[in-house]
Amino acid sequence: MLHLVSGQALFSSCSPKVCVVGSGPGGFYTAQHLIKARPDVELDIYERLPVPFGLVRFGVAPDHPEVKNVINTFTQTAKHSRCNFYGNVNVGRDVTINELKEAYHAVVLSYGAEGNRTMGVPGEDLAGVYAAKDFVGWYNGLPNCRELNPDLSCETAVILGQGNVALDVARILLAPISMLKSTDITQPALEALAQSQVRRVLIVGRRGPLQIACTIKEIREMVNLPGTKPEMLPADFEGISEVLKDVPRPRKRLTELMLKTALETPGEKELERRKSASRSWGFRFFRSPVEVLAEPRTNKTSAIRLAVNRLEGSGADAQAVLTGEVEDVTCGLVISSIGYRSLLIDPGLPFDSRKAIIPNSMGRIQHTPGVYCSGWVKTGPTGVIATTMNNSFDTARSMMEDMDSGALDVSAVKSGSQSITALLRGRGVKPVTFADWEKIDSVETKKGEAEGKPREKLLSVEEMLQVAQT
Amino acid sequence: MGLVTALRCLKPRCWSRTVTAAWSGWKGGERSFTTGKQLRSDNKVTVNFINRDGDRITVKGSPGESLLDVVINEDLDFDGFGACEGTLACSTCHLIFDEEMYKKLGPVTDEEMDMLDLAYGLTDTSRLGCQICLSKSLEGMVARVPESVADIRQTKDGSS
Repeated sequence: MLHLVSGQALFSSCSPKVCVVGSGPGGFYTAQHLIKARPDVELDIYERLPVPFGLVRFGVAPDHPEVKNVINTFTQTAKHSRCNFYGNVNVGRDVTINELKEAYHAVVLSYGAEGNRTMGVPGEDLAGVYAAKDFVGWYNGLPNCRELNPDLSCETAVILGQGNVALDVARILLAPISMLKSTDITQPALEALAQSQVRRVLIVGRRGPLQIACTIKEIREMVNLPGTKPEMLPADFEGISEVLKDVPRPRKRLTELMLKTALETPGEKELERRKSASRSWGFRFFRSPVEVLAEPRTNKTSAIRLAVNRLEGSGADAQAVLTGEVEDVTCGLVISSIGYRSLLIDPGLPFDSRKAIIPNSMGRIQHTPGVYCSGWVKTGPTGVIATTMNNSFDTARSMMEDMDSGALDVSAVKSGSQSITALLRGRGVKPVTFADWEKIDSVETKKGEAEGKPREKLLSVEEMLQVAQT
Repeated sequence: MGLVTALRCLKPRCWSRTVTAAWSGWKGGERSFTTGKQLRSDNKVTVNFINRDGDRITVKGSPGESLLDVVINEDLDFDGFGACEGTLACSTCHLIFDEEMYKKLGPVTDEEMDMLDLAYGLTDTSRLGCQICLSKSLEGMVARVPESVADIRQTKDGSS
């Protein structure tokens, strides 16, 4: 895309300096778009961990390696002459947003959503209850989650939520170890799953089949998961096929797949396969968590109490309304997958705590000129990588408009990373460069090779820094 | 671009079909590679892309290449196109065809449909570029690159 630069910026004696906070898809796609669109922009990406790529590394399931191919395009961006990566820098603690605003013409916040939406029910803190974000972080090697040690010694696991994260968790809990051991799942998680006694996973949603939030690919993966059989309740699907003809194709195909799995009598081959399956999974609809119940002696999770709902309205706007009935489901593992949540990293920024996003208009943060946002901290924690990509390009375009119109003044000389790295040095913070990350990458890849895995991730910040900086 | 091109050559869906056939032939003692032939220019297929600004870009590709291959090889600058590098893990190589051309493109697998279902601005004549393999019968095809964001501010004169 050829971008016409306004006369003022073209003949400015300094180049616009922009910094991006967060090196996941939000940060990298914003950086990529800015570098491509303006031949003079210099870009620094700050990342809290020593390793880049955010949820591409820590969120995408180990058995979805193709989704991680975006790392290649991010790597190209990071290695561009006008881009620099600074890992191991905690914005908010090691350096403030104000200090970044001083040093750069513009700051882009793309630090995602590292918190959880809580269920807000009694028993949520019991042993055996985990947030999906932490469970995923555990099997994906997020340093903060390595001590999770989830208890997998029970037969039934209940997952609250029916988005793609919930489906990922179900699939990782039930996948054959032979499938998992050639992925980049962490070694401790692989060993724990090899010993797991979980044989049945229920994926529970407040509303009905037509409101399910996951996508068809993930459902198809469950239906085809070797060694497992589906366990649905036909009653949950009453009246569904009648309304399908007017529904848009994506929702229609997804629902048809569920209907087929729940209602159709399987052929001989499938019947045989199901007979020999030792693990099962199913969706449960119209249920909301009310309480997690504990076994009195051990205080470990023994069941979950669910409220029975009915639907008011239809389609995407249907509401779940309590009927007053409850139902207890025996289980030893409860995983709540009801959404991630952004946190506020600097009290000087506006924050909408209801939506848990930074209030903004097309990426321009409200009441804060020169500061922008992209990714989940801008729009909320939903969407696949492509969604974030578009969202980031959008923010980049807003910034470019502002540079062109003069709303963002890029004529003053700014010190950029020169002053920030000096500041960090003074505070004893040693940033990890992209070349340093490549040392970590190389160690992980080599370790993985020895085990037939694409990589064996380093699991602690200390180990990462040791490899990066010696 | 080099790295991405290299990776594409390793695993394009169209080539994997031809290469698998060729390899199994080779294992049995016969060779049926057709690579040599495809380098001749008279075998090229003309493809017209309509980009997001409405401009027509005409390029040539070789039979067996996917439309994603063509976009990459010809350095066509479509923002965010082909994020997953042709592995059916995204919908960013979404292209729209006219009815007649769409019918010529052949059947769509469930796998492709599943990802296509996630594309913004999905139509009845949409396909994923990484799954369309060129052949002489598609000579002169027109493929439109649809908008990928809800907020359309890509007018050339800078007005929003």
